[in-house]
Amino acid sequence: MTTLPDISSEQDLMLDSLDGGSDPLLELRQISVSFDGFMALRDLNLSLKQGELRAVIGPNGAGKTTFLDVITGKLRPTAGDVFFKGRSLLNKPEHRIARLGIGRKFQSPRVFEKLTVEENLALAVSHPKRPWPLLRAGLSAIERDRIAHLMGIVTLQKRAHQVAGSLSHGQKQWLEIAMLVGQSPDLLLVDEPVAGLTDEETDLTADLLKSLVGDHTVLVIDHDMEFIRRLESQVSVLHQGHVLCEGSMDQIQRDPRVIEVYLGRNEEAA
Amino acid sequence: MFQLFQQRRWSLVILWVLIIAVIIAAPAVLPVFRLNLLGRYLSLAIVALGIDLIWGFTGLLSLGQGIFFALGGYAAAMYLLLSNAGNLQNGIPEFFTLYGINKLPFFWHPFGSPWFTLIAIWLIPGLLAAFLGGLVFRNRIKGVYFSILTQAALLVFYNFFNGQQKLINGTNGLQTPATKLFGQFVGSDLMQRWFFWITALLLIACWFGVRWVVRGRFGDVLIAIRDDEPRVRFAGYNPTLFKTIVFGIAGALAGISGALYTVQSGSASPQYMEVPFSIDMVIWVAVGGRGTLIGAILGAVSINYAQSLVSEALPQSWLFIQGGLFIFVVTLLPEGVVGWWQAGGPRNLLTRFGVARRIGTYPQLEMDGKEEVQS
Repeated sequence: MTTLPDISSEQDLMLDSLDGGSDPLLELRQISVSFDGFMALRDLNLSLKQGELRAVIGPNGAGKTTFLDVITGKLRPTAGDVFFKGRSLLNKPEHRIARLGIGRKFQSPRVFEKLTVEENLALAVSHPKRPWPLLRAGLSAIERDRIAHLMGIVTLQKRAHQVAGSLSHGQKQWLEIAMLVGQSPDLLLVDEPVAGLTDEETDLTADLLKSLVGDHTVLVIDHDMEFIRRLESQVSVLHQGHVLCEGSMDQIQRDPRVIEVYLGRNEEAA
Repeated sequence: MFQLFQQRRWSLVILWVLIIAVIIAAPAVLPVFRLNLLGRYLSLAIVALGIDLIWGFTGLLSLGQGIFFALGGYAAAMYLLLSNAGNLQNGIPEFFTLYGINKLPFFWHPFGSPWFTLIAIWLIPGLLAAFLGGLVFRNRIKGVYFSILTQAALLVFYNFFNGQQKLINGTNGLQTPATKLFGQFVGSDLMQRWFFWITALLLIACWFGVRWVVRGRFGDVLIAIRDDEPRVRFAGYNPTLFKTIVFGIAGALAGISGALYTVQSGSASPQYMEVPFSIDMVIWVAVGGRGTLIGAILGAVSINYAQSLVSEALPQSWLFIQGGLFIFVVTLLPEGVVGWWQAGGPRNLLTRFGVARRIGTYPQLEMDGKEEVQS
């Protein structure tokens, strides 16, 4: 466990190439969360390597969102510990966890509706996020370039000066993803990014997320099977608050336990 | 969109020309009595600016700004009383002798210095506000609970100040008109004229100061906190720090406002901390237009002026008019008069009566290109 995160993450990369990665970027150990006796998460173990794309699926109530709340500091686990770059995240306030390099995209798009697209991105991109630097100076040239670049990626250039509240649902989803990337986090937590999107938008979102992998580690939560399949990633199945199994989409779909709790039912419904 | 922007631009220019004209012309046109009233109302506009900053922009509805207003007022009054106490027996302000006090309480001493007082007027309320606010914000107390806490704090201070006869003359407060500044009585016409100018100048300075705070990314963070505070945390900002800072600024503005009001009204007393007064401050901002700085200023000045005119003509009826006005604004103009104006309100009204032509669609739909199909 080192105190220098930059060096340790470089070491991670080197180790990854040597022996398949021994030091995970994110590690959840024996996490339990109890709401008045109801166990939302039970002894949850999960680890993510640097540069990995991971999908987490699970039926409603499996604890998917709770699990993101624990990582981002919104919720304190009843037991267990979360490590990011070898450091424990327990007892750290949300904004500190965010500054360590964890970005979160919410289930329903949460952008700042009264601010313009450009202002939304400026808040994400701004580097020292303390009051005085924000008061004293405007955006730097580098920050302006990054904002323009991000708007290009999500094709919102023409709407730069439009308030975010006037965007369509899909555009808000993309703006929020752009804001997330603008924070330049090492780990992106993405909660149901394609809920309410058209098929075309869903495909574009899958490509967008895949293009982020490598520079970033991405964890996607969803229950849209087609979307998860398009991600071509490792999948963890969450059921009743713990990880049921992990593997590729094909392996998962053959697993009898998964078929029982999730896919089987899902196929019947479809 | 461009037209709307132009219209907004022009209405702002017109408003500012009007305001500056009023300030320049006032001493020549108005009798001293009216001038003094206008000066007081301009000083109240400064506390309204602070409320707009914390409420209109950051979403913190404080019902306790009277605390900071009173502290500024007391600081100014204490200096005036002390600087005139030299020729009295004991060398301390007169009211002390009524209670058999011969020695000045310790905390009065620094207020003998004009420089200390000029700084204390805004620094003490500012620091107190930041301290109290910081405690509340740290514990993530928000919304209506925050409002209730501020009102409770107001009552605590009100009762405390009322009870301290031997320290600050209790309920009677500190009277300043008979004190002298630069060889003139503070209550004299000449001094009042000067106070009017100083107030107008400081109001404009405060307006620019607050504008500087709310423009740009700092202001964007405030708006973001108002609209979705948890999301701001996940973006890496610490809302507690931002809220503490702006609450401190609002406290400092209230202190400046209270000091200017005190020298023009002639006394600083616990009445400044009565509950209705702090609620009135909020109403000025709500009626004028929350989230627009000019709205806060116009709201404070015009409602107070209306109050004095109505009270002279029809005593007893003002409270009904004020209540009606508040209900009217809350139900029909939720963004306040200036907010309504900026959103194209006059045109909408004309449309409703069939005078102006109805706009076919939302302006932003007209801008929709084909960028969704490409990509």
